[in-house]
Amino acid sequence: MIEAINVMKAFDDKVVLKDISAVFEKGQTNLIIGQSGSGKTVLLKSLVGLHNVTSGDILYDGRSLLGLNTKQKKLLRQEIGMLFQGSALFDSMTVEENVRFPLDMFTNMSDEEKRDRTNFCLDRVKLENANSKLPSEISGGMQKRVAIARAIALNPKYLFCDEPNSGLDPRTSIVIDELIHEITVEYDITTIVNTHDMNSVMGIGDKIIFIFEGEKYWEGNKDDIFHVQNKQLEDFIFASKMFRKIKEANK
Amino acid sequence: MRIFYHIGRYTLFVKKVFGKPSKHSILFKQIIKEIDKLGIDSLGIIFIISIFMGAVITLQTAYNIDSPIIPRYTIGLAARDSMLLEFSSTIVALILAGKVGSNIASEIGTMRVTEQIDALEIMGINPAGYLVLPKVIAFVLIIPFLVVISMGVGITGGFLAGSLSGEVPASDFIYGIQYAFVPFYVVYSLIKAIVFAFIIATVSAYWGYYAEGGALEVGKASTTAVVTSSIQILLFNLLLTQLLLV
Repeated sequence: MIEAINVMKAFDDKVVLKDISAVFEKGQTNLIIGQSGSGKTVLLKSLVGLHNVTSGDILYDGRSLLGLNTKQKKLLRQEIGMLFQGSALFDSMTVEENVRFPLDMFTNMSDEEKRDRTNFCLDRVKLENANSKLPSEISGGMQKRVAIARAIALNPKYLFCDEPNSGLDPRTSIVIDELIHEITVEYDITTIVNTHDMNSVMGIGDKIIFIFEGEKYWEGNKDDIFHVQNKQLEDFIFASKMFRKIKEANK
Repeated sequence: MRIFYHIGRYTLFVKKVFGKPSKHSILFKQIIKEIDKLGIDSLGIIFIISIFMGAVITLQTAYNIDSPIIPRYTIGLAARDSMLLEFSSTIVALILAGKVGSNIASEIGTMRVTEQIDALEIMGINPAGYLVLPKVIAFVLIIPFLVVISMGVGITGGFLAGSLSGEVPASDFIYGIQYAFVPFYVVYSLIKAIVFAFIIATVSAYWGYYAEGGALEVGKASTTAVVTSSIQILLFNLLLTQLLLV
């Protein structure tokens, strides 16, 4: 479980996150939704420690991220897997080397064990016969799957995904969403996904937090998001014609 | 005031680079790779530049020495000392600042803007140490060899130009390059080269590491890296010459 307690983040004079408190549950896919520029990525990067928060605290199963020394932080980070918006695969390494990388860095496994673990992770994301390919030689959807395989290589307790569907077609987006959800449930990890894709919200939103202009406006799940009386949230959800039609049909 | 900001941030960056490496076996493998990429791959350009530099120095010296009282072997001596003292270390370093410096800055800059550096950080790896330390060690280790090769090739270029043009008889040139040889000149040149290699690797990595934005900014970082390292090479050349020779 990850807790954000009164998190505030400012860049110079510009306040981007305003007093955000939230609990992200274990074994659930927790979504942070909001328009572009609402502060989702800053919140995710603050939660993961890539940005230092201006005030407030972040707890990983009770451990304060801000209170950890460098060594403790390093250990904590080995429990974290992250899927970046652009996949962030190391482009000088093959698919296999990318997935194997955390194992090389942090384990004393034999070459055989590393190969087995790498192949297991690649099988888990349903990626076969791509081991020797470079990231530039595979599609965006495949790159995302490799990034997920790399993120789960060390059996993380926490998984962060920044806009996992960006740049993907709707069908591949669903595959990636389902994969993230399956892995979350299967390994009982705390997953936080940043998205503005309403299909993801409806598909895997066990818990949803809506951010508007750096503030938390609403918290709930995919079942009650359509029944909320909140102008900002409604504007966000029903921005698409399709969802407006669904709303009309429900009436 | 901006310069003090960069000096401070560069100092902290270098401190990060020399942080404890994650795994020594991986560091060793990366050093070998970087020696190949930064050093061996530069051999071609060093060979071409040095042979032409040596040839031109010889011909220019021959052109300027037309007095019958000055012996012809002086041309060999001048070519040798020019190569040893200045060209093989400083000019080669300036050329490498362009080739290797832009390569380092653009590689690390691209990794920054495509979030690969963030990915390393999330994994609990010190990105500066993991990416830059092997480059610094590799370049500092390989540059003395490149400089010595440049000296040899440059003097050979001078010898060939002098003999083929008929400006200096081969025996005079060979006598000249042996005459009044000061071994410390080689040491001085190698010390300078090692300092320049450190400057090229760390300054270029610094600009790439803090690149922000997209491809345009990576290009800018790469240009700034080359310009800044070149200026620092010239400054340190003056400083080291004052310290070691004068």
